[in-house]
Amino acid sequence: MNVTGANEMTAPTNRTTVERRSDRELVVTRSFDAPARIVWEAWTRPDLLKRWWAPRSLGVTLFECEADVRVGGSYRYVFGRDPKQPMAFSGTYQEVVHPSRLVFTQLFEQMPAAGAAVVTATLEEQGNKTRFTLHALYPSKEALDGAVASGMERGMRDTYEQLEQLVATLA
Amino acid sequence: MSHTSDASRNVDLPSAHAWTGIYSHAYIEPVIETFAALAEPNRYRIVELLRSGPRAVNDIGDRLHLNQPQVSKHLRVLKEAGLVDVQPLAQQRLYELRPQPLRKLHGWLERYRRVWEESFEQMDEIVEELKAKEKTHERHRSK
Repeated sequence: MNVTGANEMTAPTNRTTVERRSDRELVVTRSFDAPARIVWEAWTRPDLLKRWWAPRSLGVTLFECEADVRVGGSYRYVFGRDPKQPMAFSGTYQEVVHPSRLVFTQLFEQMPAAGAAVVTATLEEQGNKTRFTLHALYPSKEALDGAVASGMERGMRDTYEQLEQLVATLA
Repeated sequence: MSHTSDASRNVDLPSAHAWTGIYSHAYIEPVIETFAALAEPNRYRIVELLRSGPRAVNDIGDRLHLNQPQVSKHLRVLKEAGLVDVQPLAQQRLYELRPQPLRKLHGWLERYRRVWEESFEQMDEIVEELKAKEKTHERHRSK
């Protein structure tokens, strides 16, 4: 099941798409009008992240940002609406291939029981654009446990597609 | 009154889910249930049939060539997943579709997408700035 926010009537812009590939995977894609090295820089430099990462319309601010971008290095993003009730993402970098691939763990500190996701960011230059893909694999054991879940795995993709059509008729 | 040790209780969870992409168990379970219920082909057919309006068990069985115990079993699963509801009508019990779980699932993805879209638009400004800086440097270098 995916959402593209596509509207064929408007001029082609760099759309953000989100696809839920399974009960544990989310994939976000977006293109940028810049070479990969620039997208990489915007994506990894704490001083720049502080300026763009938090969605302003939700009143969210990135209060603190540290990122030691090398294999084994760690990062921590502290954010929220109210500085007295901060939330944080943190993790370590597992693969760092400038400027095309970054793999890191991601723990939402307010929900440690959910475990750490593994996020793979890939940057592919296509002409004068860079295709940016974020693939997040969530560790939800619950989601995989039991016969119910294993029975779901097989039919998952079809179900998503069918669901999409079903939702469209109900919307 | 019960107290939990869940550190997340101070956080505005519905919006935190939307812009962190983190599924709490409270979110995962209903979604898993929705999918598990729909992954069975006959249950999916029942849901599709109910799109046209509420129906009785025997009517569903006739149209989908399923016997009544099978239909009742599937309807029970769908009801537990919140996908159907029962309406008594005279001597009959009519089953109707409850689209809320499906909309919830789709709505969550769309909210999540919009949050990323906003951040990426903010990132576009930074990207333009970096491009401009790079050009200035190149100009300086070539002088």
